Amino acid sequence: MEFLWNGLKEAFNLWIHGDAEIIEITLRTLAISAVATAVALFIGVPTGAVLALKQFRGRRFIVALVNTGMGMPPVVVGLVVAIFLWRSGPLGGLNLIFTPTAMVIAQFVIAVPLVVGFSMASIQSLNPRLLEQIVALGANRLQLLWLLVREARLGLLAALMAGFGAVISEVGASMMVGGNIAGETRVLTTATVLETSRGNIEIGIALGVMLLVLAYVVNLVVTGVQQQRRAT
Amino acid sequence: MSSNNDAPLSSARGHAGRQPPNDAKIRLRDVRLSRGGRQVLHVDDLSLRRGEVSVVIGPNGSGKSTLLAALQLLVAPDSGELLLDGHSMRDDPLATRRRMASVFQEALLLSTGVRKNVETALGLHKVPRAERRERAERWLDRFGVAGLAERHARELSGGEAQRVSLARAFALEPEVLLLDEPFSALDAPTREALIDDFAQILGETEVTTVLITHDRDEALRLADSVVVLIDGDVRQVGPPAEVFGAPADEAVAAFVGVENVWSATLLRADRGVATYRLDACSDCELDVAAADPPKHALFAIRPEEITLAAIAEPRVEEQPTSARNHLPATVRGVQAAGPVVRVQLGAGSDGNIPVVVTLTRPSLEDLAIDVGSLVTITFKATAAHVIDHE
Repeated sequence: MEFLWNGLKEAFNLWIHGDAEIIEITLRTLAISAVATAVALFIGVPTGAVLALKQFRGRRFIVALVNTGMGMPPVVVGLVVAIFLWRSGPLGGLNLIFTPTAMVIAQFVIAVPLVVGFSMASIQSLNPRLLEQIVALGANRLQLLWLLVREARLGLLAALMAGFGAVISEVGASMMVGGNIAGETRVLTTATVLETSRGNIEIGIALGVMLLVLAYVVNLVVTGVQQQRRAT
Repeated sequence: MSSNNDAPLSSARGHAGRQPPNDAKIRLRDVRLSRGGRQVLHVDDLSLRRGEVSVVIGPNGSGKSTLLAALQLLVAPDSGELLLDGHSMRDDPLATRRRMASVFQEALLLSTGVRKNVETALGLHKVPRAERRERAERWLDRFGVAGLAERHARELSGGEAQRVSLARAFALEPEVLLLDEPFSALDAPTREALIDDFAQILGETEVTTVLITHDRDEALRLADSVVVLIDGDVRQVGPPAEVFGAPADEAVAAFVGVENVWSATLLRADRGVATYRLDACSDCELDVAAADPPKHALFAIRPEEITLAAIAEPRVEEQPTSARNHLPATVRGVQAAGPVVRVQLGAGSDGNIPVVVTLTRPSLEDLAIDVGSLVTITFKATAAHVIDHE
């Protein structure tokens, strides 16, 4: 158990001394996952709302696809995105493979089914008569969507947390499309894998703890928003 | 005298389609609506007058809510026209909806503060921000819930929430108010208090109102005009007294509460008094007041219009052309019904004409009658409403 203790000491040392590389990796991790989650929310919430409210041909097919996507292994997402972005792939000309943008794309693909699924469930759980009332009060489509999103906000914050939690903790996709290049695409998860495999277990533990703290702080902030809105 | 004869309130009479169309705020023409292959609404021509409270009554499943949902543009009719001020409502549904406001059975408030609920609705109509708060507070005050303005909607009781919901609808200052059984989910004292306030506020505004209810008392209290909808069909339109005292047909009579409906054939008519023979009793002749008596008629007589006397034989009156009718009857059953007692009888020589009479408890005790007693029933010639029944 000594390495665990040493790992915590090492983590503490790294933070105290403000290790430049660790800080950089942490900020990059946060940036990539935050952008991926934001884009997933931007596209996923309206999509979830439409799936919750509209009946159309092929809806069941899409919902089944979303539900499957909610449990998709990140490494498979990484593989598919990588195939598209490789130099020889269909989008190879964009030169995105092994860039933070590629990682955002892969993480977006992982997060979006979670956001769609949670949004759909939370909007579906609203009283259907409330929807009629809002329409009868004279809301246009955009106003209706906005008010429903506001009504379902607790569920939508859960969608945010689920999406962000999934992408900040995944390693497979980031490794495959990012390549874990020091100073460019190295994030907390891929760095943890690398350091641990090199035998630097203390640093691995330090990075792992860092990741947990980061996830905790983000969720703390979101939960704060959620509970505060609840109180007003 | 002023020539104000065609003001909406004073001219409120007549049946479906009889009103001048230019007086109609809302008009439905040839509206057909089906659900699941079944036609649930077929309205040939229905005009709802400007500034009036039209109360739509009918049994469950009669299409009342469907009618309202069509006016709210929440469901589209299969065919026909919905007109607001003579223009099709569906040309610009959003603009139409913004001229109307709706309140449902359940107070459907947004999960935010009470005042914010009203302000949000005003925001949907693009009311300037500065005006929203003042209007919200004014209408919350009119409905007696200004003190709750800062509360969260979920902290309200059912009555309070419905007051907020009504305040929100009135704050929009709509031309038309559409109300789907707004009082039916409330307990009796809460409902009475709210209906009193609501009636007063309605009286002070000019808003054209359509209220759906299955409660006859609500209709009697609030309506300028009553619309009876049965099986998706408008059976009668008229002022409350006309609809309740003179139902247009058997189904309307059964719904509005005239419980004695007998079929009869005309024997003779003389100076406003028509003599009929009941089809179920060959020696039962009745005189009724009818200017233009139909050959075959249904008589509708409200149970409270009939009196009972505890004697077996009709008293022979000095004047046989008297305006009172007497029939022998046998008591079949006595039921308590709230403050009154309903006595079921079999009238006529064979006792085969079902009659229901309502009495107060003291008068039942005075009569000392029980099941099997022989009595005489009496009613005025003017108490029987004669319905043409060919």
